[in-house]
Amino acid sequence: MTNTLDIESRGGRAGTTLLKLDDVIMRYHTKEGWVSAVENITFDLANGEALGLVGESGCGKTSVALTLLGLLPDNAAIISGDIQLDGESIVGLPEEQMRRRRWRDIAMVFQGAMNSWNPVYKVGDQIREALRLHWPETLTYTQETERIGQLFELVGLNPLMADRYPHEFSGGMRQRAVIAMALSCNPKLIIADEPTTALDVIVQDQILKELKNIQAELGMSIIYISHDIAVIAEVTDRMGVMYAGKLVELGDTIEVFHRPRHPYSYLLLSSTPSITGPRRKLAPLEGEPPNLIDPPTGCRFHPRCPFATERCSLEDPVLTQIGGGHAVACFNWQDVPEIGGLQK
Amino acid sequence: MTEPLLKVEGLTKHFPVSKSLFRSPTDFIHAVDHISFEIALGESLGLVGESGCGKSTTGRLLVKLDEATGGTAELDIGEGKLDIAHVPKEEMRDFRRNVQMIFQDPFESLNPRRTVFDTVSEPLAVQKIGTVTEREERVAELLHKVGLTPPATFLFRYPHELSGGQRQRVAIARALVLDPRFVVADEPTSMLDVSIRISIMDLMLNLARDAGVSYLYITHDLAVARYMCDRIAVMYLGKIVEMAPTEELLSNPRHPYTRALLAAVPVPDPAFKKQAPDIKGGISKAINPPPQCRFLERCPMANETCATADHPPLLDRGGAHLVACHLVP
Repeated sequence: MTNTLDIESRGGRAGTTLLKLDDVIMRYHTKEGWVSAVENITFDLANGEALGLVGESGCGKTSVALTLLGLLPDNAAIISGDIQLDGESIVGLPEEQMRRRRWRDIAMVFQGAMNSWNPVYKVGDQIREALRLHWPETLTYTQETERIGQLFELVGLNPLMADRYPHEFSGGMRQRAVIAMALSCNPKLIIADEPTTALDVIVQDQILKELKNIQAELGMSIIYISHDIAVIAEVTDRMGVMYAGKLVELGDTIEVFHRPRHPYSYLLLSSTPSITGPRRKLAPLEGEPPNLIDPPTGCRFHPRCPFATERCSLEDPVLTQIGGGHAVACFNWQDVPEIGGLQK
Repeated sequence: MTEPLLKVEGLTKHFPVSKSLFRSPTDFIHAVDHISFEIALGESLGLVGESGCGKSTTGRLLVKLDEATGGTAELDIGEGKLDIAHVPKEEMRDFRRNVQMIFQDPFESLNPRRTVFDTVSEPLAVQKIGTVTEREERVAELLHKVGLTPPATFLFRYPHELSGGQRQRVAIARALVLDPRFVVADEPTSMLDVSIRISIMDLMLNLARDAGVSYLYITHDLAVARYMCDRIAVMYLGKIVEMAPTEELLSNPRHPYTRALLAAVPVPDPAFKKQAPDIKGGISKAINPPPQCRFLERCPMANETCATADHPPLLDRGGAHLVACHLVP
């Protein structure tokens, strides 16, 4: 641990592995039965890398974040699999140890900046509290204030705003302050769950650029979670597509966008309107996502899949490398055409 | 041009900001401030802007959920014209028959204690149209049209038994059961997942084409507006600052606000190199705004004229491209 108050990432050298998920299964127990929210998720994340997780509501993307942070509710359990951070397993750590890692190793930017602040405390003091709980050494009051000022400057806020209450901040400023707080203890990894979903486009654009610059400057790793593939396209190097608790495709963002190989990714991209490019007819995705208490047999996407064969309803495809760091969980990935190829 | 279906002139809505219970208010939020536009029969006009720009209030004024402070909105109802801002009580029923609304949140906009049949048939009962059997037939026909098939399995379900997409289909069926001429759709797909969004948008487009419905389509999402609308109007702090045919607006934006807005929209293509939006500060308040251009404080191009002259009028700059800016020739 450094003695200086510099804002930095404590992750290792760029390109080395920071986080490794190996076949993680996490389920919620409910009155109706077990909900399989995270099924056999395997991926890793390098230091300095920005990874996106995209999928529709209920696909398990936020559950992956909660699993990583060890913030699962009482009715949830990691059934099997391993999660390693810097080579150390963090599954099954006692709460006391997990709490020390949370904020210092992995910090989180939640969705809905409006609600993540306590309205009766000054914003600066709420960051101060995080520093007192999670910074490894005892800082003097002046050192704390100095650090909070630096954090505010880094995220584009006037340091004097630290002395204000949350209601005096606009939505975009509050989200910037949330980012400042996430950076407060020099984390190795930030998980940003829908960081800009409630914001207007111009503010969203500013915040995303800010996050991207900070990430590049500090060499930090970020996992972006979003339902909006356009946001994922703008800020990530690699991306994973989730459907019904499964990771169905994983690869370089540019590669996945230009040549999606899973039918679900293909349909998701084909059904996203854009303001650029030719005005085209969009391909709708028939049906609705499955109930995760009783998911379909075989591939979970097969009832909605235009490429499904008999095998898909019987066997569950696993995420398989197809070259170039691109992995897909589909038997018929070679049948998936180029974007626009399925239109009549 | 033939007579438009809807002709809005100088529509205005000021909300009072009460400081005290006993004093009449001196401050007003200028939510909608003298806006004018027309919608042709079968046309869909997109109204886009950031939160708080007055786009939803405009929609609510046009369906009379709020009363306008000033201005007129003439709707052609076939057998004559009706000024939405001043509908006589005895003509309210005619008005409701011709103007309907689809709301954003399908979880809030349906009564949880009423079945699909109750919800969709209620407008028919209010308008005293048909017998019970005829109404049942009409509702079944509508459910079929909106893709809730077979209708018999949906007629007696409650909203909690339906998914978000299905609920929005019920809301669309309810809005269209009276064959309205004009529908205000306020962010009808923004709460739905992408995969469901397209089928709802396609449904609305098809129904518009088949039944000749005109839409005012309110959205914050320019990509959605591009898919749905023939023309787009951009609103900023209660004013329409630019209005043009969809592709013209997107390829040749002329108001500095529209340019900033377009530059900020995320593009689902990682190889696309975006320009940085050129805009200053955050959205200003609409309480007692000064007479100058509403965009003055945030405009990167503002000059002496902008700082002194009144808010510029929305003028046609050729090709039905209207811009409200002093600096656009």
